[in-house]
Amino acid sequence: MAYGYYPGCSSHGTAKEYDISTKKVCERLGLKLEEVRDWNCCGASPAHATSEELALALPFRNLVLAEKQGLDSIMSTCSACYNRLKVAHETLKKAPEILNRISEIVGEPYNKTLKVIHFLDLISKEFGVEKMKESVIKPLTGLKALSYYGCLLTRPPKLVSIDPDAENPTIMEEIIEALGAETGYWSHKTECCGASFALDRTDIVLRLSNEILKAARFADADCIIVACPLCFANLDMRQSQIASKYGVNYSLPVLFISELMGIAMGMGYKELGIDKHIVSAKNLLKQKDLI
Amino acid sequence: MIYQLNADVRNFGEAISQLSDVDIYACYQCGKCTAGCPIVMEMSHTPNQIMRLIQLGLKEEVLNSLTPWLCAACETCTTRCPKGVDIAKIMDTLRILARKEGYQSKEPSVVNFNDIFLNCIKDKGRLQETHLAMVYNLKTKQFFKDADIGRKLFMKGKISLSSDKIKGTDAMKSIFERSRAFLGKGE
Repeated sequence: MAYGYYPGCSSHGTAKEYDISTKKVCERLGLKLEEVRDWNCCGASPAHATSEELALALPFRNLVLAEKQGLDSIMSTCSACYNRLKVAHETLKKAPEILNRISEIVGEPYNKTLKVIHFLDLISKEFGVEKMKESVIKPLTGLKALSYYGCLLTRPPKLVSIDPDAENPTIMEEIIEALGAETGYWSHKTECCGASFALDRTDIVLRLSNEILKAARFADADCIIVACPLCFANLDMRQSQIASKYGVNYSLPVLFISELMGIAMGMGYKELGIDKHIVSAKNLLKQKDLI
Repeated sequence: MIYQLNADVRNFGEAISQLSDVDIYACYQCGKCTAGCPIVMEMSHTPNQIMRLIQLGLKEEVLNSLTPWLCAACETCTTRCPKGVDIAKIMDTLRILARKEGYQSKEPSVVNFNDIFLNCIKDKGRLQETHLAMVYNLKTKQFFKDADIGRKLFMKGKISLSSDKIKGTDAMKSIFERSRAFLGKGE
């Protein structure tokens, strides 16, 4: 059966390559994705900061659409979308009175049959890392790729968790190792990049992203691997602003996990959309003989 | 659920506990939330100070504080609290209550951003990042903010000027109308 695919708003803008590479990689692995028809925005941070009902009703419509489409799962690539869909699903499963109220707002019932997952769950738990390894034709030998989880993939652990250890998740490292790259623990893998303040308090985002890039450099990273368009936007897009403000030009490539998988599966740099990054990964990948 | 208080609420601390469904009195001031908070240096009160102020019933000080508006909802505090207090949820409750009761936010840019973001979803069902950034910069009169990034994104084909509108915009409108949300138009 096909997995329900919820691309999220960024996949049509700043994270186009995440959508492109996810589809390519899933196709290669034989994982069928079916987009949830007419999906809407999950509401992200502005919704839960403004109205508890809106914060549940917006993801709820997507859950209902997926169910009505006959899907038994909904998979997000964005950690914020995943978080909002999962929090709504878990909250409504536990509290019938809230479920009634939200059903009334949206005007649809919800049978709570869906499995709400993230792309990392799909690869690691649904498909299996060992099985994925069979598709690796170009092992990423000699590349030090550190994984960055940010906040919403693992927190709050009572409601969302792609990994049982919220402080030191390793689900992404397992995938990276299977691709043949070097990875490991580093200090800032679950620190916040300030995502929700990208436009309104950019100063906070620059300070936090600078700390993350500095820590990655200190840990000798060749690149940072992310599984969220918002983490990507802050770490990739804002490096030149960080350089002017803090005087350090990291030029540290940031790659989506799906892009890294695609490279190891022998796909092309442009085919995966990696040419769309602001900080180019071209020299690094050439140097390591990967493209 | 939020916005509904039982008649037997005696003080602000009980009100917040009830509105957020989090026991505010469980906090014993260990400071772990503050130690892990990434934004604490920009805040006016530390997260554990906010918890104590709520316990003491100091409503005015809490609802006039800058702190809830600068909470990034990273959930580190909630994850680490040894007493299981969902501090991030309390910050949401404080933002919602402050708006409901007409308190002026100490960080209007955040309120503006949230309003512009939500109005965009209300109209189109999806968020168009370019649209959001342009409207936000226009409304806050920062015409050249992030122009350097905008130019680069345009060159990379990541800026689309066509509208990403869903078919179910009527459903969106009715969700917004029926939800209890104290939403402005953005300045």
